[in-house]
Amino acid sequence: MLKGLLGKKIGMTQIFDDSGTAIPVTIIEAGPCYVTQIRQATTDGYAAVQLGFGEVKPKRLTSGQLGHLKRNDLAPLRYLREFRTKNADLAEGDQLTVGVFEVGDHVDITGTSKGRGFAGVVKRHGFAGGPKTHGQSDRQRATGSIGATSGTARVFKGKRMPGHMGNRRVTSQNLKIVLVDAERNLIGVRGAVPGSKGGLLVIKEARKQ
Amino acid sequence: MDEIIKAIEAPLNPNVPTDLRIGDNISVFLRIKEGSNERVQEFKGILIRMGNAGINRNFTVRRVASNGIGVERTFMLRSPRIERVQVHRHSHVRRSKLYFLRDRTGKSARLKQKFN
Repeated sequence: MLKGLLGKKIGMTQIFDDSGTAIPVTIIEAGPCYVTQIRQATTDGYAAVQLGFGEVKPKRLTSGQLGHLKRNDLAPLRYLREFRTKNADLAEGDQLTVGVFEVGDHVDITGTSKGRGFAGVVKRHGFAGGPKTHGQSDRQRATGSIGATSGTARVFKGKRMPGHMGNRRVTSQNLKIVLVDAERNLIGVRGAVPGSKGGLLVIKEARKQ
Repeated sequence: MDEIIKAIEAPLNPNVPTDLRIGDNISVFLRIKEGSNERVQEFKGILIRMGNAGINRNFTVRRVASNGIGVERTFMLRSPRIERVQVHRHSHVRRSKLYFLRDRTGKSARLKQKFN
């Protein structure tokens, strides 16, 4: 069975574990997801399962999207994502719920990080900036030197500089599942998860354990 | 979305009275796990601070241990480790944080009792 789900980030809180220790958790509304298509190596060149999540009004989708879902008599779904897997043991139209995960499992969660806009090097790369005092002006959050002069006579590629930060695909690995609520379709993982509240998350079984 | 989170969060601990007041002399009975057996430990002192940070509501109890060394311990209000809280007496206080007690010892570190 495929161990993967799509979900929506709800927010963070804390819960107590069995020993009474408070642990930070991110609550995710995960599933129910529906198998919208099975990709096969023979026809598509690779094996994968396409999951759909997030019911919306029919008018929010194009007729092409609606037709794709109609093949399996599924409700209009906002998100479609593929999970590469060879032995999924699923059929089109199947439903996946939080039941695929158990408390104690480890997962990788992918989301889109919060956008920070055009950020300087102190925020973006953790540079220390310059001194505050001793006659300094305009140096507090400055980059500093970006290279030597005549020896290299250029700036190396990949030099860390100001630029756009965030709004990028980010994966948090090896997050432990501490809560599964089948009734409300919720799972809770220990620690933080990329993105803002309400953002789409792709939850997969952890690759590294 | 806030309702979903509220449903997950631990409810208020029924073992902690809701009418704790700053300056109260209280005993907090805490479950302590030592290896396989569990015992209850009492921490008795003055309630000098209550913090209200949503789910993370907590309170701090100050007690003067041997040699006049002050010991402060902060408990989480919703912690399942708290077995019960007993209030011994109330005090007449005029502020919500009794940090001034840290600088005082002996007679001046007492609070006037309030009867009601």
